Amino acid sequence: MSDRIGIIGIGQSAFKSRREDSNYPELVREAVALAMQDCGLGFDDIEAVVYSLSPDAMVGIGNAERLGVDAVGAKNKRFLRINTGGSTGISSVAAAYFHVASGACDVVLTAGADKVGECGDSQTVLNKIWDPIYERPLPLGTISMLAMSAVRYMHKYGMSEEDMARVTVKNRRHASKNPNAHLRKECTAEEVLNSRYLCWPIKLYDACPQSSGGCAMILASERYIREHGLDAVWITGVGHCSENYYLGDRMSDTARADHADAFALKNSFARAYKQAGITDPGTQVDVAELYAPFSNTEFHAIEAAGLAELGASPAMLREGQFDLGGRIPVNPSGGVLCTNAIAVTAMVRVAETALQVWGRAGDHQVKGARRGIASGNGGDHQFFGTMVIEA
Amino acid sequence: MELMTRKEVWNITYNHALGKTASEFFTQIKESARILGRRCPSDGRVLVPPRAFSDESLEATDEWVEVGPGGRIEAFTITYEPFQNLPEPPYAFGYVLLDGASTAIGGYFKGIDLSDPARAAEKLVVGTRVKTCFAEEKDRIGDVLDFWFEVQD
Repeated sequence: MSDRIGIIGIGQSAFKSRREDSNYPELVREAVALAMQDCGLGFDDIEAVVYSLSPDAMVGIGNAERLGVDAVGAKNKRFLRINTGGSTGISSVAAAYFHVASGACDVVLTAGADKVGECGDSQTVLNKIWDPIYERPLPLGTISMLAMSAVRYMHKYGMSEEDMARVTVKNRRHASKNPNAHLRKECTAEEVLNSRYLCWPIKLYDACPQSSGGCAMILASERYIREHGLDAVWITGVGHCSENYYLGDRMSDTARADHADAFALKNSFARAYKQAGITDPGTQVDVAELYAPFSNTEFHAIEAAGLAELGASPAMLREGQFDLGGRIPVNPSGGVLCTNAIAVTAMVRVAETALQVWGRAGDHQVKGARRGIASGNGGDHQFFGTMVIEA
Repeated sequence: MELMTRKEVWNITYNHALGKTASEFFTQIKESARILGRRCPSDGRVLVPPRAFSDESLEATDEWVEVGPGGRIEAFTITYEPFQNLPEPPYAFGYVLLDGASTAIGGYFKGIDLSDPARAAEKLVVGTRVKTCFAEEKDRIGDVLDFWFEVQD
């Protein structure tokens, strides 16, 4: 694989709670149109489409990629759908990447949208990801699952609720500079700490919103990019890694992986870093868009990415090291904590990282960023996708 | 023009097969108020709840082992927010490493005043000893909700 693979077009919605003005395929088309406009290609130039769609029940349409097929212009083309839960979007970019890397295609579109706000209660849907035999009778949801991760992280490393609040304050401040973010109002640590408990220790302001919007990206081979004189940034590392299934298997003195941490995310990053030739991410990475739907999970993402030692990130965050203008800005877009349209959330991480190293991130641009990383977490630790993007 | 919406409801019934291992596990809970795990022959780990094969060695488990009733809290949360199709809050649940087990099993924590979140969380801190409590025999149906955990005095 000597040729590199480039990102040549990006489109994303301005994410909101609801989009009554657009039905589902119209929302997908909005993002696709923006990405096509961004790269200047036409639908005839696209050879394959990877459709980004997490659980059907979230949009309430079985195999809704069928309904989206015309919105992405996939008729008579290679067309497949990816669903890896929360990491669906980065997995879709990876699938598009491998279409090009294999030599099968020169130009591939990946796109999707979500309307989480139309689902009466996303936790009802997400409760269904658990085993109906041993786990489903318990009121598990993604909030309670990651609240238990927070409890173990607190126990192991001494994280406080104030540490969690600082993540929200940072990300809301970043989101206020990003016109596409959903929650753009800045908040104080007191507001976070005074917000109501959802699942202890996670409070309302420690949690992501339910967003509606779409995202699309167009990838191409280096040869095609050169021949057509296109502008691009480059995907130089792609990683994936899975953890075992049962939550309780990651909780004991003898467990190989601990539910406090994101062990498999670390392995996923190691794979992406190896491909990209990164040996010391703490000094070689300029910007990070890390999947973290709850404030506490940003800490284990930062640590899994190798930007901090295990348990060290709360103190570094307190010092401002992960702020815009800090040593390694984390989630300058405001991150998942401020915008979560589940089907495309992890694609937005890749898109935002690409815009950063392209120098096109606008008011939330990290000055001089040349190399960035993105991640996505799906399921209960089964799908960790990571990427390195370079100018 | 007024933008319109349309309400849809999914209500689907499934009847899931539990398989031999889980069926035996639930039979023992229902009939004998005992919690059993399965031992892996290659590394000796006792998987609770029992699995027919190990997530680590990937080999078939080959021996039933009784675990508990005592154990230690490995994780908990206290839910204060109502969610559709989930119980009325507040409620506390989490994972317990039962004595003799290598993995933790989920269950409710009962007998704790949850009205003050901080004080309730202190009582459930990781490492706290708990005991397994079972419903009366007539009320047990063969389900993980046939048992729960209470903090040991």
